[in-house]
Amino acid sequence: MKQDLGLYDYWPYENRPKIRWPGGAKLAFWVAPNIEYYELDPPQNPFRTAWPQPIPAIPGYSIRDYGNRVGHVRQMQLLNKYGIRGSVSLSTALCDHHPEIIKQCRDLDWEFFSHGIYNTRYTYGMTEDQEHEMIRDSIESIFKHTNQKCAGYLAPALSHSELTLDLFAEVGTELFGNDAGIYTCDLFHDDQPTPIHLRSKKRFVSIPYSLEMNDTIAYVSNKIEPRRYGQILKDNFDQLYKEGDNSGTVMCIPTHNYQISCPHRMKSYEEALEYITGHSDVWVTTGREIAEYYLEHYYDDAVKDIAGKQECKS
Amino acid sequence: MSTNKNYLKYPHRSLGMDHSLYKWSMLDDRPPIQWPNGKKLALWINISLQFFPLNQQNKPFPVPGGMTMPYPDLRHYTLRDYGNRIGIYRFFDALDKYGMQSSIAMNTLVAQRYPYLLNKVIERGHEIICHGDHMDALHYGGQPIEEEAALVQKSLNELRQLSGQPVKGWISPAKNESHNTPQLLAANGIEYFCDWVNDDMPYEFYTDKGVLIAMPLSTELEDKFILMNNLHSESSYKDQIIDACDFLIDEASTKGGRILALNLHPWLLGQPHRIQILDQVFEYLSSKKDIWSANPMEIVRVFKS
Repeated sequence: MKQDLGLYDYWPYENRPKIRWPGGAKLAFWVAPNIEYYELDPPQNPFRTAWPQPIPAIPGYSIRDYGNRVGHVRQMQLLNKYGIRGSVSLSTALCDHHPEIIKQCRDLDWEFFSHGIYNTRYTYGMTEDQEHEMIRDSIESIFKHTNQKCAGYLAPALSHSELTLDLFAEVGTELFGNDAGIYTCDLFHDDQPTPIHLRSKKRFVSIPYSLEMNDTIAYVSNKIEPRRYGQILKDNFDQLYKEGDNSGTVMCIPTHNYQISCPHRMKSYEEALEYITGHSDVWVTTGREIAEYYLEHYYDDAVKDIAGKQECKS
Repeated sequence: MSTNKNYLKYPHRSLGMDHSLYKWSMLDDRPPIQWPNGKKLALWINISLQFFPLNQQNKPFPVPGGMTMPYPDLRHYTLRDYGNRIGIYRFFDALDKYGMQSSIAMNTLVAQRYPYLLNKVIERGHEIICHGDHMDALHYGGQPIEEEAALVQKSLNELRQLSGQPVKGWISPAKNESHNTPQLLAANGIEYFCDWVNDDMPYEFYTDKGVLIAMPLSTELEDKFILMNNLHSESSYKDQIIDACDFLIDEASTKGGRILALNLHPWLLGQPHRIQILDQVFEYLSSKKDIWSANPMEIVRVFKS
């Protein structure tokens, strides 16, 4: 085990090259619904157990199924009402289990990115070949079912290896060159995109995805009340919007249909979406669009600026 | 340690669920349900009357809400028993004040231990649901089927005999099951069960012994989940029910009847400092003209018709 994986350099949040998003926007806003499949009886992983009770773990399994049976359509229609295209963090086995959901999202021109095969198959303990194979399978599934060349990655259940980002970028290149494997949502170190070091030297960025705004972290880990969650979303937006005067920021709301789409949570979520999209100078976009725009316009300046700041001269 | 070579094999990766217990079906795709008199929202209140034994066995896990201290854990034992002595009578008053119906899910041991309470429940005309034998009598994966079959049979037979009701509904303690639970319930005359929280509406659940109706008794909106698990305030509990109620009535306007299912625990909401919140919740719900206060069996009948 290493003290640090060296994925990015220290880069202070002042005097960075100025970002402006398309149309002069100050803030890039994206919503990432995690559309996941959890297995009732997954194989045992040596480092992490999927369910707290003996199989069948009805409480955990059934509420996650609620997300697909009931919750998905609710959130999809709500996002559509506010002109938001989802960037789907997809358990790609869902293409096989629930193709209806994939079709609905495709029809609305949503983005799909890889969140592994199942959310009950962890990266822990996989060999490099196994992880490569799992990632390849997921990217091929997305292409087969959506015709999209998967741009982004969020490791299944946020389970990583030391090589996760390298492998994702490399598999993307093997399959689709620089059209696939260009950004990650796995890192929470910044409120702006940042260049990531890979062994392949591929141009690759981290796009802010925000664990703090993630509904499951908010509701399950932090046990936040629904109306307070809505307020937190607005507060997060207000600060990033204000700072966007100086240089463009990114706000993401990562969601799960088994959390956000419960009847007692929809109202505060809708109020936050209405508030955010009601502002001017907000670029309502997707993960891929942010990554591509950044790679084209700001990546090279960022790399230079970061290099210049590695020596102590403030 | 590394994963074995089968870790990337996916035997159930195909259309539908990764099991055959029920059909894959999105709520939005189903035909709308009409409640009686054109009401939009069926309000199903369920009160859980529970007995947590002092000599808890934790097999295979400590039941949530149960004993946590070394034996004898009198603090938790008596605080839970409070609900059967005090809290439930406050609940009865609140129900009567607003003319609300409710089902009562009862551990069979509660019916055996407290005949006065059982009699009161019968006299008041509540539909009784079997909530297992007691809170520490868990149904779980790996439980020998003979043992579980005897537990289901005993719990149901004795509750039916004592109550004189047919008892067609079931809620497992901790909503936990084994692979065999549904078929054992079907084999013992259960018509609907409430453990699976994967839908907002009833659906058909298949077993080797016949079809059950899975009834949506939300865990996320339970008093116990919100107040005890999430540690939210009483006023937030009320807000969450109000927001759910408004949302579901609105959704029902275009998508057919919906259900607001509230599972209540008298040992929790029946406390003096919380009972007024229940009163305020009932007051809000009873002010809505679109609500049908329904028993679960009535909902099942409409679903099946």
